Amino acid sequence: MTAMKRRDFLSLGALTAGGAFLTRGLAFAGVSERKPRFVLVILRGALDGLAAVPPYADPDYAGLRRDVALKPAGAAGGALPLNGFFGLHPALNFLQQSYAARELIVFHAVASPYRERSHFDGQDVLENGSLKAHALQSGWLNRALTQLPGRVPRESGVALGQNVPLVMRGPAEVTSWSPTKMTALDEDTLARITDLYAQDKLLSVRLADATAADAMVAGEEGMQAMPLATPAAAVQAANARYTQLVQAAAGFLRQDEGPRVAVFDTTGWDTHANEGGAEGQLAGRLGALDKGLASLRQELGPVWADTAVMLVTEFGRTAAVNGTRGTDHGTGAAAFLLGGAVAGGRVVADWPGLSARALYQGRDLAPTLDLRSVFKGVMSEHLGVSARTLEDSVFPESAAARPLRALMRA
Amino acid sequence: MLDDVSSAIAANRFGLGARPGELRSVGADPRGWLSAQLRGGPPLIAAADLAASQVTLARALELRRDIQEQRKAGRVDPTRAQEQLQKVGQFLRPIYVSEATARFAQAVQSERPFLERITQFWSNHFAVSADKQFLAGLAGSFEREAIRPNVLGRFSDLLLAAESHPAMLLYLDNHLSVGPHSQAAARLERRDSERKIGINENLAREILELHTLGVGGGYTQADVTTFAEVITGWSIGDIRGRFPGGEPGRFLFRAEVHEPGAKVVLHTRYPDTGFGQGVAVLNNLARQGATAHFIATKLARHFIADEPPPSAVKRLEGAFIASEGDLPTLYRALIEAREGWSEPLAKYKTPNDYITSAYRGLALPVEPGKGPLAPFELLGQRNWQPGSPAGWPDRSADWDGASALMKRIEWADALGARLGSRLDAQELAPELLGANLSAATRTAVTRATSGAQAVTLLLAAPEFMRR
Repeated sequence: MTAMKRRDFLSLGALTAGGAFLTRGLAFAGVSERKPRFVLVILRGALDGLAAVPPYADPDYAGLRRDVALKPAGAAGGALPLNGFFGLHPALNFLQQSYAARELIVFHAVASPYRERSHFDGQDVLENGSLKAHALQSGWLNRALTQLPGRVPRESGVALGQNVPLVMRGPAEVTSWSPTKMTALDEDTLARITDLYAQDKLLSVRLADATAADAMVAGEEGMQAMPLATPAAAVQAANARYTQLVQAAAGFLRQDEGPRVAVFDTTGWDTHANEGGAEGQLAGRLGALDKGLASLRQELGPVWADTAVMLVTEFGRTAAVNGTRGTDHGTGAAAFLLGGAVAGGRVVADWPGLSARALYQGRDLAPTLDLRSVFKGVMSEHLGVSARTLEDSVFPESAAARPLRALMRA
Repeated sequence: MLDDVSSAIAANRFGLGARPGELRSVGADPRGWLSAQLRGGPPLIAAADLAASQVTLARALELRRDIQEQRKAGRVDPTRAQEQLQKVGQFLRPIYVSEATARFAQAVQSERPFLERITQFWSNHFAVSADKQFLAGLAGSFEREAIRPNVLGRFSDLLLAAESHPAMLLYLDNHLSVGPHSQAAARLERRDSERKIGINENLAREILELHTLGVGGGYTQADVTTFAEVITGWSIGDIRGRFPGGEPGRFLFRAEVHEPGAKVVLHTRYPDTGFGQGVAVLNNLARQGATAHFIATKLARHFIADEPPPSAVKRLEGAFIASEGDLPTLYRALIEAREGWSEPLAKYKTPNDYITSAYRGLALPVEPGKGPLAPFELLGQRNWQPGSPAGWPDRSADWDGASALMKRIEWADALGARLGSRLDAQELAPELLGANLSAATRTAVTRATSGAQAVTLLLAAPEFMRR
């Protein structure tokens, strides 16, 4: 068996499909143009926006949340300060520093067009960019990728995980990447499998994408030996997982001619019981997320200045705590836009209030901002996707959701 | 020749992948081979060393209680408490391993692979995810106790068994849900007026959305809330805690926690008969047309195509309704539906399908211990760990990522390296793939430079990635 391994082989650019990517990348080297990066983090399970971004000065907040209500900023164990009305959950230290450094915009009372309470349909609408679940089989971010201005690498997006989530599925070529424990295939076996897949439309493309992604990661120092997460405690596991995802995402995005967009998702936000307050279940998960974001910033280094990271969830949770010290599925949620490219230091919220009359269907935070307005703002200002494309193909039937302006630094 | 195609479909799509010799035993009557598997009783797992859920849960509750009591008495520092919590994990993990290995061994060795696939389908339909506290030790016994005995019965019985199993109640928090006007609520509120006592709607919502009517099946938020009240009191016995009483770890209806009064769910009024009120709602849900449609669609998606042909869905739906949810009748309608026999490789294998069919095809033994579970982790589908009550997704796009494909190939390569000197892939190729074996794969396997590479190419072949 030959000693040459897949990764060495690929770096020679000899494999037709995978190699084309690398060669084209080289041809672009030296061309100076702005290269914005975008990271989308999907918080699956419905993050409790009233816990992550507590409106502690709202007169109804403490009564609704009872023993899991967060104390005002300044109090011991209280929320971290934002603007005197809203605070951040005490586990979100890095986000608070980012806010102070004007690199974070917090959105509140946001929602996709979805108004029911199924996680799975809610995520589908959040990702497909239409008004209804299952109305489209591709994702809005993928459709945006097909229309990026300027010269764009063949694979303009990467999903960190074995498979590609709906938001990144569609006509634009994207790849997926996840760490492995296995030894790489030898050159000859890989070439034979490539031949065997030549007539198979799906597998030939997937194989080429996988080999290209591996080649890219192999070219990055320190990326080869990534341990698989095995710790027992949930928070430790979450920390390890974020470390992996963040290192991988940064490895791709740091490349001058690598993917511009990365997506990963996180789970465990469905806090029906014993959610906790300043400490507890949700606090642990938020803390792990916050640390993950801090290390993303560090790993990206100078590229952070060109980066925007958006954190979104399918919907919010009930305004009141339920009978089991948790919260059930709700409507209005919080979202975050973070990064060196972001014109931050603001909370964007047309706050509807939490009085019984103000609540949506008498139970949820009422949504006052369409998430698509934020997405459209970011896509146009940051990635340069044209208004026409956004209206026609990325977010069909979204004219009412006008793009937010001035989200990015000029 | 046509019959050869049908045998390959029977063994690889409806079954779990052909074992050497299996295509011959399918023979000239693939439909008969499938329907024969519905005879001979439910697909139980005969393994004396697997503990009942009650035994596992009682012990886990006891371990947790020790921690809680020590903590209350101020006798533990945080490090110590962490160690104690790890003890619970150390107790549960080996149970998970034995259960998952036993399940995998059954799938690899079963001579009724169609029935085993059906079992996995229902287990995933009523998914409990092993990543929640205690569930690692209960997901396996849940499948053995609630799913397996009922897959050849009526849907309503399967539904009741699943929803009243302690694993499901724990997974979707129902043991914590308290009727706001129940005796227990009054007592607890006297003790702690700050504390709000009430329902948790998690289980009620997922029963409606994921287990019966399906999303868009015609229920409202009010139905969810009321149904959650109806099933307050569906709980688990414990020695102490907020609601002591009952046999630890076993299902218990706690009348004092149950929300009193008649309730209206989906336009039907249910008098308060205690436990019977929830059973009556479940029975009514099992009879709904929306439920028949939802189950028929999922089944057709699993066995026929990602976008199931409406004609096949209609046929299955009709069988479900006409037989009042008799599951063998439903499976026979599935076998008879001609749409299932027209496209030989319409479904992309899930990692579980892929690993199981490789083990079957190469006739590999499932050794005890963690070893056989490693590929499930590597390829991204750990047993009973979908991470969500919706279970694992069932479409090609959910599984055909670039990185996921490379993981399969790398695993196939490792298997080839381990077994290539003992196996003859040229001989195995027609045994595994039958009429699906392509000329390209046959040539590639024949021309391989080593036995190891031949095995790798056979398992990496496009027709082995699909079913």
